[in-house]
Amino acid sequence: MWSTGTATQQTSQTGRRTVADPFFAGLTRAAATVILLALAGVAAFLCSEAWPAVTAPSDRIAGGDGLVAYLWPLVFGTLLAAALALAISAPLAIGVALFISHFAPRRLALLISYVVDLLAAVPSVVYGLWGIFYLAPKLSHIYSWLADHVGWLPLFAGPASVTGRTILTAGVVLAVMTLPVISALSREVFLQTPRLQEEAALALGATRWEMIRMAVLPQGRSGVVSATMLGLGRALGETMAVALVLSASGLVTFNLISTDNPSTIAANIALQFPEATGIQVNTLVASGLALFVITFVVNFAARGLVARSSKSEGS
Amino acid sequence: MATQTEPPPATDVWPTASRGSSRVRHSHHAPTVILGASAVLAAGVLGLSGWVDPVGAVALGWLTFAILSTALTATLRGRRAAKNNVATILVTSAFALAILPLASLMWVVIEHGAPAFNAHFFTYSMRSVVGAGGGIYHAIIGTLYVTAAAAVISVPIGLLSAVYLVEYGRGPMAKALTFLVDVMTGIPSIVAGLFAYALFVLFWGEGTRSGIAGAVALSLLMIPIVVRASEEMLKLVPHELREGAYALGVRKWRTVVQVVLRTAAPGIITGIMLAVARVVGETAPLLVTAGYTDSTNSDIFSRQMMTLPVFAYQSFKSPGVPPEPGYERAWGTALVLLIIVMVLNLIARLCTYFFAPKPNR
Repeated sequence: MWSTGTATQQTSQTGRRTVADPFFAGLTRAAATVILLALAGVAAFLCSEAWPAVTAPSDRIAGGDGLVAYLWPLVFGTLLAAALALAISAPLAIGVALFISHFAPRRLALLISYVVDLLAAVPSVVYGLWGIFYLAPKLSHIYSWLADHVGWLPLFAGPASVTGRTILTAGVVLAVMTLPVISALSREVFLQTPRLQEEAALALGATRWEMIRMAVLPQGRSGVVSATMLGLGRALGETMAVALVLSASGLVTFNLISTDNPSTIAANIALQFPEATGIQVNTLVASGLALFVITFVVNFAARGLVARSSKSEGS
Repeated sequence: MATQTEPPPATDVWPTASRGSSRVRHSHHAPTVILGASAVLAAGVLGLSGWVDPVGAVALGWLTFAILSTALTATLRGRRAAKNNVATILVTSAFALAILPLASLMWVVIEHGAPAFNAHFFTYSMRSVVGAGGGIYHAIIGTLYVTAAAAVISVPIGLLSAVYLVEYGRGPMAKALTFLVDVMTGIPSIVAGLFAYALFVLFWGEGTRSGIAGAVALSLLMIPIVVRASEEMLKLVPHELREGAYALGVRKWRTVVQVVLRTAAPGIITGIMLAVARVVGETAPLLVTAGYTDSTNSDIFSRQMMTLPVFAYQSFKSPGVPPEPGYERAWGTALVLLIIVMVLNLIARLCTYFFAPKPNR
């Protein structure tokens, strides 16, 4: 079908070319344009729907103190939950990544990395159900122990929540959810360590850990940082798991184990939106816009780090 | 780069240490022996104290192993080897600690979800069901329609954009697209839902809910995954194939469609399946766009549409009186979702495994 045997066929193909080639090129460009428009649309629609909440008199916003007073505890809760999640998951994820890339036997490593990838795809509502029915009751025992023994720390001041549905539990669930993301990316980075450097270190008599510290970790540092930031992006935007697990009262507090917990932006939207009307909808969209901006900044920083590190590798 | 600038290791401490390690290199059965010893020790302690808790037993045994083996390595092979031992144990513990919640998640979902499974559960909707009974038929239909619509929207756009990036795109437009696809990857799912809501409010007025709005929200999440996966696959297609086609006088669009895309097809299908697996469990965007209902709705352009993730969430949030049947349905739905995601992932992996283009063919 690709042969150009006779002159008539040739002319017909030349004739078609003038139409088909630019048409196909235009088609692909159109698809690309749709993506650009969609993203511009996201920004534009969110802004236009959020605008009434920004201009509305402050007593019409839920809480009665204006948009900033409404958003601040939510932003605080979002950042706190994400920070807790990362504090737990980042070290573990790096450990898992190192285990897969440099410690486990090859076949086992392949199997584990499949399982870890699979877990990144588990729906968040399933994590949420697991968190509320299984994890929260288990953790509530630990919380009451913490409140009794290290209650002098403001973080564990208590009184401990009986249900265990605290911001710390939400942080743990988020940690379980971000762990596969961070470890999958870190693993890729660790596996890219030049073979020769690893072997050189080992040939000089380094132990495996010394080899990792001298060759693998310096090489992978920026990759690990950006993987963590992508995990942070997921933790910030995670909705259903937090909406299910957290019993929020909207307070700004660093007390991690009591019944008074700040909510997060995403969970707040999911909980309020189905019943919201009028200006409430606009307020929620405005909070969504704030979340969009926060995650955008985080992801932007992460991509920037990746780009910079890959550039320096190339030189 | 890094090797040249790295300072040479402190050579003066190395000979002694490496002599130390070579002396005991033959004893690579030692960890197994110590592990066995600490298991016996932990079992003995537990047996004496009468404290029976499998998690505690494993933790105690592991801790004993860590301390024993480190002490032994330190005395036999020196500080550096002991450090290596500590690192190995820490990394392995991190792995075990990470696998623990994940394994428990699987176990809990299967344990609670399996009892809900029966023919009734899959063939009936929740229409006028109070208490026990009822099923997820309406949610299955909804998920099928919404996900299929999302795929119909996002696969052509994503695939063609990837073709644009690899085959045609030069200059600022391609750069902007690459950047924005990166941005899109990070859009929180709830924000995608809000966008679709805001978009459809323009057409159909305040408070509108429909399956198609959910599909638009999902495709916003799906498009970047499809673009990324297809782009990677298209880049893997060897240039010789394209040049061969051009040399035969084949037009560019035909080369792309019949040579490049066909070669990359298995990888692209894998990417699409992973993208579907990613969005099929999305709850938040569907909650705000497609809403929820108890009846089967097979018209994606009007009225609320129930989907599996939203059903799991709703059955938990408002389980009814008494709550037990509602909770059971929530778990059953969670298990269905888990199975769907696993199967999609597994098929995608098998696709990669069997049909992946060999790099030097």
